[in-house]
Amino acid sequence: MSKIAEGLLYSESHEWVKVDGLIATIGISDFAQKSMGSIVYVDMPEEDDEVVKDEEFGAVESVKAASDLYAPVSGTVVEKNEALDSEPGLLNQDAYGAWIIRVKMSDLSETESLMDAVAYKEFLDKQA
Amino acid sequence: MENLKKTCLYDSHVSLGAQMSPFGGFMMPIQYSDIASEHLAVRKSRGMFDVSHMGEIFIAGPDAEAFVNHVFTNDVTKLEAGHIQYGMMLYPEGGVVDDLLVYRMPEPGTWMLVVNASNIAKDYEWICREASGWNIEASDESEKFGQIALQGPDAEKTVSEALGMDLSDQVFYTFKEVSWNGEYVIASRSGYTGEDGFEFYASPEVTRKIWDVLLAAEVKPCGLGCRDTLRFEAGLPLYGHELSENISPLEAGLGMFVKLDKPDFIGKKAVEELKAAGLKRKLAGIELSDRAIPRAGYPVEADGRQIGEVTTGYHSISTDRSVCLAFVESPYSVLGTGVDIRIRKKVFHGTVCRKRFYEKKYKK
Repeated sequence: MSKIAEGLLYSESHEWVKVDGLIATIGISDFAQKSMGSIVYVDMPEEDDEVVKDEEFGAVESVKAASDLYAPVSGTVVEKNEALDSEPGLLNQDAYGAWIIRVKMSDLSETESLMDAVAYKEFLDKQA
Repeated sequence: MENLKKTCLYDSHVSLGAQMSPFGGFMMPIQYSDIASEHLAVRKSRGMFDVSHMGEIFIAGPDAEAFVNHVFTNDVTKLEAGHIQYGMMLYPEGGVVDDLLVYRMPEPGTWMLVVNASNIAKDYEWICREASGWNIEASDESEKFGQIALQGPDAEKTVSEALGMDLSDQVFYTFKEVSWNGEYVIASRSGYTGEDGFEFYASPEVTRKIWDVLLAAEVKPCGLGCRDTLRFEAGLPLYGHELSENISPLEAGLGMFVKLDKPDFIGKKAVEELKAAGLKRKLAGIELSDRAIPRAGYPVEADGRQIGEVTTGYHSISTDRSVCLAFVESPYSVLGTGVDIRIRKKVFHGTVCRKRFYEKKYKK
């Protein structure tokens, strides 16, 4: 059973977002890390890169496969989690603690299309 | 939906909780726990694979030796009974029908060809087509055989302790027919991992018994996921990646298995012509300076243009390096050459290195 953290927003491609003013912290859900298996590499954008909602902004890779990351909101990257460069497995250990990037959002209303924890749980149940 | 076959060990895989996926027309276990731990079990101790999807084609009759030598690139006239050769079947144009193992059976005039699962039907048709005019009998016995590969430095000990077979006098690429609890088994010292190991060919029923005995002896079941990472590290080609009907064995660096000094074989003229003309592309190893993972199909670039394409790549589990095999234009295949690999939106620098990322540990 995958964990779902309260107070976060979720996308259908299994990214989570924590909104703090204009800053969105983005990671992948526990469901996503479980379906990937051991994560061995995280491809992250650089600071000042633009990300666009629903477009690919990077990837997480297991031994076998690469899985694209999709931006749940649009904006400018203000920080990437450099700890993941040396320890990509942090995403497996704590999916909601190990964030991937922080983005300064360009359109706050984009968060309205994301799911809250309850809706994301229903979404996962439907997929099962 | 493709009609997928199940091997004789399918039920065991499901009860062991394996992640199952289609491969070569079969539903096969990709991993039981995770690829890295299965990979390391084989490198450090032992692991076992269900490779019952592989095909077994038998050739028998008065012309069998001459016929096998005609369709196969290696020279089987030099093969003794109980020995195995690796090589390829080629099209007249020089591309590869399949890569395979040829077993010279103890029974005179009898040969077993072990072929890739995805190519069984194609290979058998090819053999039957070429067989006209030869006094041979070809039969596809794939359904009658299961196959288990027991691989790793502790394989010999496990064979003796768990299966009660003494195969210590066998060297790599030899085999013998044994009676195991009264049942017929072809016990072969061979494998596709770069480690020492054995492959057992037996009826589906006996294959299940061997599997269960090895499970009871706590041999780790390993999936095709780590079979690929293991063979890749040892620089062993996989049909569909490093070999295909559009790739010459010379380009894949397998010229040593193509005996141009034997009288004739299908594809010989094409190989000779390619050799004389010079190779436009060659398979190379490339090591990246970053942890990013080069995967099949990614472009290799140099001097501002694409000069090749990755065929297989991983972050190597045994060596902790991001490495790949790639076909590159020949001038760029020289060891030490700097190239770039495009991975999604970014470009990573790499250096051409040896194709063998891990030294093979066969028993000589």
